[in-house]
This record gives sequence, structure tokens and C-alpha cells, in this order.
Amino acid sequence: MDVRTRYHSVRLDKELCKGCTNCLMHCPTEAIRVRKGRAHILDERCIDCGECIRICDYHAKVAITDSLKELKRFRYTIALPAPSLYGQFRGLTDVGVVLAALKRLGFDDVFEVARGADVVSRAITEKLREPSLPRPLISSACPTVVRLIQVRFPDLIPHIVDVRQPMEVAAQMARDEFCRAHGCQPEEVGIFFITPCPAKMTAITSPLGQEKSAVDGAISMMEIYGQLRPLINKIQNEDRLGGTSTSYGIGWATSSGETRSIFQENALCVDGIQNCIRVLEEIENNKLSDLTFFEGNACTGGCVGGPLTFENNYVAKNSIRKLVAVAKARNDSTPQQSVTAAELNKYPLRLNVPLVPNGAMKLDENITVAMQKLQRMNEIIAELPGYDCGSCGSPTCRSFAEDIVLGFANEMECIHKMRDKLQTMAEQMVELAQTRR
Amino acid sequence: MSATLLHAEYPVESEDYTRAGEASADIKRKLKQLGVPASVLRRVSVASYEVELNLVIHSDGGVLTLEVTPEAVRLISADRGPGIPDLDLAMREGWSTASETARSLGFGAGMGLPNMKRNADDFSITSEVGKGTTIDMGFRLA
Repeated sequence: MDVRTRYHSVRLDKELCKGCTNCLMHCPTEAIRVRKGRAHILDERCIDCGECIRICDYHAKVAITDSLKELKRFRYTIALPAPSLYGQFRGLTDVGVVLAALKRLGFDDVFEVARGADVVSRAITEKLREPSLPRPLISSACPTVVRLIQVRFPDLIPHIVDVRQPMEVAAQMARDEFCRAHGCQPEEVGIFFITPCPAKMTAITSPLGQEKSAVDGAISMMEIYGQLRPLINKIQNEDRLGGTSTSYGIGWATSSGETRSIFQENALCVDGIQNCIRVLEEIENNKLSDLTFFEGNACTGGCVGGPLTFENNYVAKNSIRKLVAVAKARNDSTPQQSVTAAELNKYPLRLNVPLVPNGAMKLDENITVAMQKLQRMNEIIAELPGYDCGSCGSPTCRSFAEDIVLGFANEMECIHKMRDKLQTMAEQMVELAQTRR
Repeated sequence: MSATLLHAEYPVESEDYTRAGEASADIKRKLKQLGVPASVLRRVSVASYEVELNLVIHSDGGVLTLEVTPEAVRLISADRGPGIPDLDLAMREGWSTASETARSLGFGAGMGLPNMKRNADDFSITSEVGKGTTIDMGFRLA
């Protein structure tokens, strides 16, 4: 397999891992195993949701992102702030302050991802007009949800709306506008997304639905916060840069922001990965075919709840609400009004590489062999205690049985089975000792 | 036709809304582990959920059976009654005899049987009042 398709931002720091079972139990795709006292991430199953980063008390799960040093690789650099960045600063009344602070940090220019979100909003509105689409259409904005579907709900792939993420659209616009204004070559410009999550970093190195990402790197909000905060305090009124997105674009930072931007009455907005899983199960059963749109965000509250954000997600959500109100008072046009038809056709907006099922949950490529393995698995499960304690290093008894069948574990790694066996052996030894007398 | 390689039985009780959907969820999980193609998976998902809910809503309880061979997935629902007096009427879209309880939970749109028939490659239903109903659905894999 291509190295790039196996790339993940979420990694393990072996030195810090204690081999506990916290991350094991919280992984939504059962992508973690504890073996020889350390956690291991199964690359082919990981969807970069960052749940393990959140849950690990020892900070052994980390997200690999780019450092500000990477800016030196390019002659010019542009910062692409995700709208969730605005929610990180309490008391902020104008997004223009954040844009100005990013420039002071060393970027040559700043381009709001919220502007990309405006274009995407209009593109999805157009898409929803097409006849005979599967219902509901599923948002493609959260890369973790898209990967979750590839791993756990492959039959729902046709529901994913084939429009690129705001980050990608914004990057194309940013590069094009900058090159025109400064007369430089596209490859001289480095575009860095300011990211709330590892999934976006992974989406840059292993793009979803497109050959190559238009973004060159991602810088974690957590990493940049410490430098940005003091700069924000210093920005004077006259230094502010005008934010040019609509208020709707800013709203994409929180759950339901996308739905509000596309004006769908019959839409469902779900946040939190476990909640998304429950609803996707229902979509799979055709129980929600009366909906036109499903907006799923892997993080609680939407992107403001990303694992790489600094501020409490509820506080951030409130800050975004206020910023949206301020932006709306200044300009209340919708994305559909502000994005022109010409702009819509200027850049590639559609996904052009088909999204395919991931296949990591399959027991075998050959269905007959897979059936034999499944049958064997069921026999093993019947003999296991069903405590789902994780002591064996697999998240549940069922996944332990799966690991045994696949040859990654053996039955005596179950401490309960081991205890029973020791007990039987001890009894046999007593019996043996008695017979000799 | 080769021998059945996977066989699983799920008892489904009448009016047991707490467990409703668990059998079809397990069926889905198994089929995903087998690597059943996405298009077939989706149709089995819909049909198995409908047939399981039918057992909960309309029957006096029964058993849902999953059988998989390399060629096909088969779902058989066999209940203990009460049986359907008029099958033609029961197959009609929008026709439902769901109870008030079921309707208050959002079921009873009268699309259950038509949906099963639409999603399965082979569909047969037999019923005898006082005895029970058997629904047999096949989904081709090859």
C-alpha cells in the first residue's frame, strides 16, 4: 500500500504509554490493542478522531502536526484559520483581530476558511437540487465522519455529498488570489491550515476524494495559541483586517452551522462520534429517509470541540455565537447571495477520486474463509466470560475472539480463562498429591 | 448450491421494543466482517430491520434466522402467530394493522412488507391464521 494512504496524524508515544486500557475502550473503530504492555494503533482502522488523545491521562497519544518552522520552506506563506480558531479567544468581538495577529506571527497573508465554507455552502445547495440523490445526503466536511463511514458504514458511501471540504476550497482560492496580486508562482506559496483536529492534518497528507490536497501543512491550534494570545491583546483598532466571509461561514465552527448555511428544514445535526454512529446505523436501516441532509461532527459541539483546541468547547461555542451575531449585524447576506455563480465555477469543488470502502473490518478477502473464521469466532466467544474488561489487550471479548481467529492473540491471554485453568490445574495437583498417600 | 457456512438464530419477542433492532444490528455486523459487498449489505440491512420490527410489532414472537453461503444471504422469519388473513392486502403499500403503541413509536407506515420485497432478490411469504407466518428472503452475492 502507498505510504501516504497509511499516514496518520494520531500516533503513540511509546515512552509515555503505561499500557492501561483507557484508549482501548474508547476507540470507535476498535483500532487499538495493548500488547506487551504498550498500546498499538492499527493503521488501517484508525480514523484520526483523536478520542484516544482526549482520554489518555499520560499524554501518550499525540497528534503530529507541522511546526511554525515549516514556514521557511516557502517564499510566501498564507495562514488558513479554521473558523473554530475564533472561538479560542474569550471576549473577542471581531474576527479581524485574529486575522491581523496571524499576520504578525509571520504569515504573509491570511485567508479565512469561512470564505471557503461560503462557497461550499452554495455548492451543496446546488447539489441538493439534483434529482434522484440518496437521502439523506451526508456532509463531507468532517474527515473523521467520512473515514468512519469508509470503515464501519461502507454501504453509506453513496450518500456522502461529493463537494470538497471548506479547507480545500479556501486553499485554492487563497493561492490563486495571492499569485494574481503578487505575480508569483503557485509553488512559491505555502498554505498552512490552523487546525482544531488531527483528522484535518491526515486529510492533507492522505486526501479524501481528491488526488492531492491544495494545503501544504497544518498547524495545531494548541501549539499556536500561546503565541497568538499576547499578539491579539496588542492589536489596535486600526490594525484589524476586515473579515470578508458571511456570518454563516463563521458559524461552520460549531455543530449545525453547516446546516444553517444551506437552509435545510429536514436536516439532522449530530455531534460526538458515538452519537454519529447511532444515527448512521439508523440511516443504514432506511429509518431516516425523510431527511434531506445529515451533518455529522465527530467532536462534541462541532469543530470547536476538536482535540487540538485550547478553549473549553462550550465556552468556544458561545464565543462563536456572539461573533456570528456581530458579523450578521454588519452584513446579513447568505452564502447563496454572496457567492456568485462565476465563483462557483472558478475552482474545482467536486470530489474527483471515488471514496471506497476501507475493508479493515473484514475477516478475510475470501468470503468462504471469512465465514469459517466468523464461525470459529462465535465458538470462541461462547467460551469467553463476556466482561469486556480489556485485560487481554483487546477492547471486548468479541474483538478478542476476532484477534485469536486472525492469529494476533491466544486464548490464554484472557486472565479469566487463565485463572480457571490454574484452578483446574491446582485441583488436579491436590488430587494427585492425595492419591500418592 | 453449496452448504450453509454461517447459520445464526435470533429469538425475537412480541412487543419487546427495548431489544428491537438488536438482531438486525448483529446481522449487519456479521455481514460487514464477511466483506459482503456494500450494495447487498444495504438491502439486507433494510430488510432485516423491517422483518425484525415486524416480529416485534405484529407477531406473537418468533425466530429470525440468518444463513450465509458463498452465493447468497438468506433471512428467514418464522413466527408463532397470529397469522395474516389476507396476504394480498398485507403486501399493499400503506396497509397496516399496527397497534396504537407501535404507531406512537413511529412504526406502522404500512411499508414493512413492500420494503422487504423491494430489497430482496427472492421473496416469499406464507401464512396461516392461528398458526403463524414465514417470510423467506434471498439476496444473491455472486
